Amino acid sequence: MARSESSRQATGDPAWIRRSLIALAFVWLAAVVVLPLMAVFTQAFAQGGGAYLESIFSDETRFAVKLTLLVALVVVPLNTVFGLCAAWSIAKFDFPGKSLLSTLIDIPFSVSPIISGLVFILLFGAQGIWGAWLSSHDIQIVFALPGIVLATLFVTFPFVAREVIPAMQAQGTEEEEAALVLGASGWQTFWRVTLPNTKWALMYGIVLCTARSMGEFGAVSVVSGHIRGVTDTLPLHVEILYNEYNFAAAFAAATLLAGFGLVSLIAKKAVEHGIRRQKILSGEPS
Amino acid sequence: MSLGVRALVKRFANFNALDHIDLEVADGELLALLGPSGSGKTTLLRVLAGLETPDEGSVFLGGKDATKESVRERGVGFVFQHYALFRHLTIFENVAFGLRVRPRKFRPSDAEIRRRVMELLELVQLSWVADRFPHQLSGGQRQRIALARALAVEPSVLLLDEPFGALDARVRQELRNWLRRLHDELHITSVFVTHDQEEALEVADRVVILDKGHIIQAGTPAEVWDSPATPFVFEFLGAANRFDGGVRTEIVKSGRKVVVATDESVEAGALAFVRPRDFEVGGSDKGGDGVAARLDAARIQGSHAVLKATALSGGPQVSAEIEASAFRELGLSVGDVIHLRPRKVHVFAASAREADQWLGVGSGI
Repeated sequence: MARSESSRQATGDPAWIRRSLIALAFVWLAAVVVLPLMAVFTQAFAQGGGAYLESIFSDETRFAVKLTLLVALVVVPLNTVFGLCAAWSIAKFDFPGKSLLSTLIDIPFSVSPIISGLVFILLFGAQGIWGAWLSSHDIQIVFALPGIVLATLFVTFPFVAREVIPAMQAQGTEEEEAALVLGASGWQTFWRVTLPNTKWALMYGIVLCTARSMGEFGAVSVVSGHIRGVTDTLPLHVEILYNEYNFAAAFAAATLLAGFGLVSLIAKKAVEHGIRRQKILSGEPS
Repeated sequence: MSLGVRALVKRFANFNALDHIDLEVADGELLALLGPSGSGKTTLLRVLAGLETPDEGSVFLGGKDATKESVRERGVGFVFQHYALFRHLTIFENVAFGLRVRPRKFRPSDAEIRRRVMELLELVQLSWVADRFPHQLSGGQRQRIALARALAVEPSVLLLDEPFGALDARVRQELRNWLRRLHDELHITSVFVTHDQEEALEVADRVVILDKGHIIQAGTPAEVWDSPATPFVFEFLGAANRFDGGVRTEIVKSGRKVVVATDESVEAGALAFVRPRDFEVGGSDKGGDGVAARLDAARIQGSHAVLKATALSGGPQVSAEIEASAFRELGLSVGDVIHLRPRKVHVFAASAREADQWLGVGSGI
């Protein structure tokens, strides 16, 4: 008590400023996040629970959900492996081009998703660089599942790497050297020492990567071609329904997307709890 | 197992961390690599372990060339300065690690692992922490676990990198004694790195002193203390009063009288050293015997008194160390005139920069 009192005095802000700032934060959050979210749910149920269930279990919506989960199922493991490789090489080794690689990883963060999508059209589209070759071999990439997967891969690839790099850097190399001296192979060292020490950062990256891969709209929208029941992921499906003035169905599908988001949020919270525990375990101030 | 290096060179960016080093460590020896930071001592240890690759020269383990062997193949035990315990594993699993990662053919059974780990934990007197995690242990306990972990794979050689550097003075002293006892029990060839000359002299069978990537001197603690090879060694091994200036050549040769801090110098650049404990201190009444000096400061530090004094004829301030009881008997206060008489003076000739000889009693400042 005494400590919190004194630290409060040290920061020197009067009580009314603190209270109004906190209130402002809550009001802002309510206006920008909670109200729209509530609107989604009220709209979804506007025509009653029966209509809601009907639109959720409609073939098209079920297909969109399946496709979205399938894309996430392909993309997340790939980006997890890639992220680990990139993080491992950046955090543990010095090599020429290291800072270049580190910058390249950030490109999807800084480039608009639409551009990411366009890049794939330019590469694999009918008029694209490899378009002729692909069509002569009967391989369809854009306006098909591979295109959606590629676009999502591109957009979500920094998430795991960016979370794991600082964790690995903080870990240093001493424990790994210790493992090697004790006779462990590189592979054993990775599985038994490096990975367990970075597992929470890795989980955090995976959660963020999953959330983004299910919610991605821009890049996927460019490469998908919006073919209903074929290349229609959940975010695209919501847009299509909305554009068809089928509001109740659009919002019903949106509740599913919001549901995925909430699950991610809970998973993220759980992982953050794990990170705090690990920090206490290794004696760092959290 | 014996080990050694021959003509070893290790370069970092633009300087030679190790510059043509030759070193032999006999089987069963406990050797200290002593030197200031940046002397290359840790690099040498890491090259021995295989954690660094030398640019030139070779590493020998048990008489065989091991330069090309990886760190795994060398089978050495390594203890890190900051312990490097696996923080996500219990103490038991930390110690068991080296056995668990063995290929299945060579891996002991679970029961055997359990027996060996508990045996090692007994050895380091920490069997009661087996189920704890490293963060729950004190620094000294962690270092003992690190040692048990290194011993678990039955290494032919034990390498320790500043093993007690991160511990406080009392624990450090305890662990030093304990390491010496452990070595006397196990007789495993051991090399440890330290920047603490007291630690090296107290624990090691032999001390190797490094500076700027070169071995300056190697010898038993008594040898390096009694006949330091260079002024650097003398000053590094302990507090010293340094007198730049002249030594009369003929007098040095006769071995009877040394002149330091004087204008009558003949051989410029010669160096004379006197350790603070090698001064006899007399009160003001004992005129004539020794050099008259004014007492600038005095301080009792535990059982000793440290005096700072400047010769009345000028020269640098010198420090002398005498028993606190002797100091009390003299009843001195700051500003008094005292007489300093060195029992031992060590002289380095300017040209050779080599150890000359101990010069006995009868010297004057």
